Amino acid sequence: MAIELRPLEQFTIERIIPIHIGGLDLSYTNAALMMTIAVVFATALMVLATRRAALVPGRWQSLAEMLYDFVADMVDSNIGQAGRQFFPFVFTLFTFILFANLLGMIPYSYTTTSQIIVTFALAAVVFILVTAVGIIRHGFHFLSLFVPHGVPKVLLLLLVPIELLSYFIRPFTLSIRLFANMLAGHTMLAIFGGFAASIGLFAFFPTAINVLLVGLEFLVAVLQAYVFAILTCLYLGEAVNLH
Amino acid sequence: MPQLEVSTFVPQLFWLAVTFVILYLLMKGIGLPRVGGAIDARRRRIDDDLARAAQLKAEAEAALAAHQETLAKARAEAQAAVKETTDRMAAETAERQRQLSDALARQIADAERQIAAAKERALSEMPAVVTEVARSVTEKVTGLAPDPAGLAAAVNHVLAERAS
Repeated sequence: MAIELRPLEQFTIERIIPIHIGGLDLSYTNAALMMTIAVVFATALMVLATRRAALVPGRWQSLAEMLYDFVADMVDSNIGQAGRQFFPFVFTLFTFILFANLLGMIPYSYTTTSQIIVTFALAAVVFILVTAVGIIRHGFHFLSLFVPHGVPKVLLLLLVPIELLSYFIRPFTLSIRLFANMLAGHTMLAIFGGFAASIGLFAFFPTAINVLLVGLEFLVAVLQAYVFAILTCLYLGEAVNLH
Repeated sequence: MPQLEVSTFVPQLFWLAVTFVILYLLMKGIGLPRVGGAIDARRRRIDDDLARAAQLKAEAEAALAAHQETLAKARAEAQAAVKETTDRMAAETAERQRQLSDALARQIADAERQIAAAKERALSEMPAVVTEVARSVTEKVTGLAPDPAGLAAAVNHVLAERAS
């Protein structure tokens, strides 16, 4: 067959506008373009839809308010009253990932969140923020986060290293979860698509699977944004309230 | 795997930082206050409406209570007036009846006295009449004029016998 299966090709970074400043490569890439579009869409939804804020909201305003309430509930229930100050950050994180994931579902577009460096950067920001909040609010006492309550002293020898490990592994789990989900989904779509293109008459079956996969991928796109945001809330809640 | 090409990391991180910060500033500065404001405005409006409805309901209930109180007072006054009038009329009727029966009793007493007087008078004239009748009957039957003193004695004797 002439068609070659290269399912990972879709993740290639292309420099649309090469920019080099002081030896640094700051080129505007296809990934940067999708990030820009995500920002434009999120801003359009949140700013333009409420330009004439109506008492009885229209379709777009309802959507914006749903998104707002959704994240606000998430922040309130996981962090509590002190969580309000983190609301803009969690909201930005959630909308950014949500729009990046959903925009990636458009054929021939680019999925920013399938880049490990992007998801890792976001997770690292969350990790640094959580740690900073914990130390600022509790100082040295923040370390008690690693000592479980009501556990025999002997077990602490075992549990404290586990707690420490599970804390410092967070940026990796958080970033790899999102990255792997997006990567796997889009790779699968590309594989089945390429498969369908290569077998001609029997293409119906892989295409049918692809249809189901697209549905699943939409679910994953929303779910992973939610998971990322709610884990951020949980971590922040822990740092703010210490258990 | 394109994700592991280290040369793409710097531009990606740079543009991620730029776009993320821009989105954060836009959301924090404009988007969230606006949407939150719309939600708050609606919630406030609903709360206000509910509060006003509750207030109006309370006012309506107060008005109803005042109305019922007025009604009850008016009814009580009316009943008092009716009772007073009834009592007054009953008293007047009783008084009038008493006066009437007094007058009637007096009239009956007068009449009885008159009757008694008439009877007395009639009885006092009886001996003279009977004597006269006896005299004239004797004269007619016997043709003799009876002794007036004896006749009177005889009549008086008979009358006394009858009366006893």
